[in-house]
Amino acid sequence: MKVGIIRFPGSNCDRDVFHVLGLVGCEGEYIWWNQRDLSKFDAIVIPGGFSYGDYLRAGAIAAITPVIDGIKEVVKEDKPVLGICNGAQILAEVGLVPGVFTLNENAQFICKWEEMEVKTTRSPFTRLYKKGETIKMPIAHGEGRYYNPHIDDLKDQDQVVLSFVGNNPNGSIEGITGVCDLDGRVCAVMPHPERASESILGSDDGIKFFKGMVNY
Amino acid sequence: MKYQAEVRISLKKGMLNPEASTIQRALALLNYHVEDTKTAETVTFSLEAKSPEDAREEVDQMCQRLLCNPIIHDYHITVIPGDE
Repeated sequence: MKVGIIRFPGSNCDRDVFHVLGLVGCEGEYIWWNQRDLSKFDAIVIPGGFSYGDYLRAGAIAAITPVIDGIKEVVKEDKPVLGICNGAQILAEVGLVPGVFTLNENAQFICKWEEMEVKTTRSPFTRLYKKGETIKMPIAHGEGRYYNPHIDDLKDQDQVVLSFVGNNPNGSIEGITGVCDLDGRVCAVMPHPERASESILGSDDGIKFFKGMVNY
Repeated sequence: MKYQAEVRISLKKGMLNPEASTIQRALALLNYHVEDTKTAETVTFSLEAKSPEDAREEVDQMCQRLLCNPIIHDYHITVIPGDE
């Protein structure tokens, strides 16, 4: 399975994602922001980082680059797309997932392990978890507070993927820290599953995100 | 004709503004007790356009396509003729 890893100036989790894709038997390939044709890929991951220095708003400038046209084509072909951290902010700015990830409630960058609940298993990235399962993954963001004025629609349509358990570190509405599009194939999560994919790093709870994507 | 444009981007009413609350708390440390602190971002540039209306229309498109996120932002555009 061939997976495109999107790189913008300022992406910095691209190599971590490449490494973890290898662990689950996928072939990762880096794709630069100015590529438009992504048709050879079976899935796409937009990794974390600080694309374009987070200027204007996190993800805003990446959201208008040519590679986004390619990603929209991939989505039309019903292939899975995962955005992690800055990748999640980009997917929200593009409008491929609803809502926005904005400045944390305490206005600080937060980098710590958190527990979160898997709220839906209909996404390719969460299909190997149990609904309601609590998992542990790290967060690392300054603009991760999820906001959506239409929160009831989001819940009615089963578009909440992850929400914090026992703590709401960034002030997200209802602790939501992962959302998906209507059919679940486009998934945007603020926590880093690629940093929680080997037990030596403190948790391998995240690897099922990538395993679930394989042969979906 | 050349126009100077200014876009003032602010959070919609009722949106949490953590930057403003931090500034307000810092001002209190200096014994300035203020209320309703808000922050806004300003982007300025010059552009060529046939008329002030055309200039404003183009800047409005820029706001919708890049400069603002309609979910959380309001914006105000000022356009004046001239080089600086």
